[in-house]
Amino acid sequence: MAEATWRDIFPGNVVLTPGSAKEYHTGGWRSLRPIWDNSKCIKCGICYVYCPEGCVSQDKDGYFMADLDYCKGCGICAQECWTGAIEMVEEG
Amino acid sequence: MAKRKRIGMEVALAAAEAVGMCNVDVAAVYPITPQSHIAEHLSDLVADGKTDTEYVTVESEHTSMSVCIGASATGARAYTATCAQGLMLMHELLPIASAMRCPIVMSVANRPVNAPLNILSDHSDIMPQRDSGWIVIFSENGQEVVDLTLMAYRIAEDKDVMLPVIICIDGFILTHMVEPMEFPDQKEIDKFLPDYKPYATLHPDKPLTMGAFAMPDFFPQMMKAKDMALLNSKKTIVKVWDEWEKKFGRRYRPVETYRTEGAEVILVTMGSMSETAELGVDELRDKGVSVGLVKIRLWRPFPSDELKAAVKGARILAVMDRAISPGTGGGPVFTDVKAVFYGEDSRPIIVNYVMGLGGIDVTVGDFVKMGEKAAKAKKEEYEFYGVMG
Repeated sequence: MAEATWRDIFPGNVVLTPGSAKEYHTGGWRSLRPIWDNSKCIKCGICYVYCPEGCVSQDKDGYFMADLDYCKGCGICAQECWTGAIEMVEEG
Repeated sequence: MAKRKRIGMEVALAAAEAVGMCNVDVAAVYPITPQSHIAEHLSDLVADGKTDTEYVTVESEHTSMSVCIGASATGARAYTATCAQGLMLMHELLPIASAMRCPIVMSVANRPVNAPLNILSDHSDIMPQRDSGWIVIFSENGQEVVDLTLMAYRIAEDKDVMLPVIICIDGFILTHMVEPMEFPDQKEIDKFLPDYKPYATLHPDKPLTMGAFAMPDFFPQMMKAKDMALLNSKKTIVKVWDEWEKKFGRRYRPVETYRTEGAEVILVTMGSMSETAELGVDELRDKGVSVGLVKIRLWRPFPSDELKAAVKGARILAVMDRAISPGTGGGPVFTDVKAVFYGEDSRPIIVNYVMGLGGIDVTVGDFVKMGEKAAKAKKEEYEFYGVMG
């Protein structure tokens, strides 16, 4: 939408489609990416609980991953992880 | 035009009476001197069942504006009133109301801003709100307060405007004065001011987002859209005022003139001082000084073209400011008036008298003195009129 002109904007910046914020990928703000070392993971789920974006989910084997479309790279999951299974790695 | 009965009434009460005729859905007003009589009288009208309005007794002005924005977003016609410290507390929300295109109407009983504490009258409370994107209109007398209030929602809710409106009523000098005025009939107002038809409303059955987040790819466009809306609103304002003139006989213009024909010196005023200035102009004309008066009624959007046309041919403009813009070397009206003439080939000499601060009376004699002084001006000047030393 970068090419939207001021005339294209609905008055008052009203967005008529509910839930459209989902289309905005806040993952673009990220400078650090969480990488899980599943050999250290005890599947406690604290990363899932603490993620402020709600972008951490559990796979069928019980391990965790971040949805990189929305992960802002805040590092709270890595900070809270008991076993140090999450490393924040710079985006290249 | 029907002949109407004129009644004597305190202007603050008349403002509330006018609001009571506008079929307002939600009013959230926190009392503050000298606005309190508006808050109290509107509350009486609601309690007496004279207007079907939900009156929310809020705990602060920040909340009164928040309530108005929320109510307006649901499609309700919303009203508030305040001044001075209350308006400063509201400040944060004013650009939100205009950006969300909420057609709220607010009466401001202009009062100085602290410190020092002063509850009387000047324009230092409205000036910090200049850039908040609201339409700002000044009134001179009680009848104008009634008329401008009754017209405010028509302007604010017009689909070509959709912006909030402030009606400035000088504190005490106007709000607490008992003046003769006439009111239209309720039926006439109901016809003049139909129900508010919002373009979008917050409703659980049809969810949408208002006041959405915007990153740099959207934000500047938003600001431009808001600015264009405010600039374009002038057309509608004049259209509504024209319609009022046809229906009720009283004429309102963005810039109004008094005895400017052939005037060499033109005084520029805003608000209640304008009527006193008229008498000053009469006296000066009697003395043979070539003086006229230009009154700025519409403060935002600023009527640049109308101002240029109104002072055409004048050699000197004397801008009377009832506020200062600290650090700029003048008052806020002075700065704006000067900006209008920057691009012109021939410019008048523009002088600035900052006067009436903190509610000090500005008399006819003062306007005579300022007019005589301005007539002798050789270059741009700025002074605090009447301040010794």
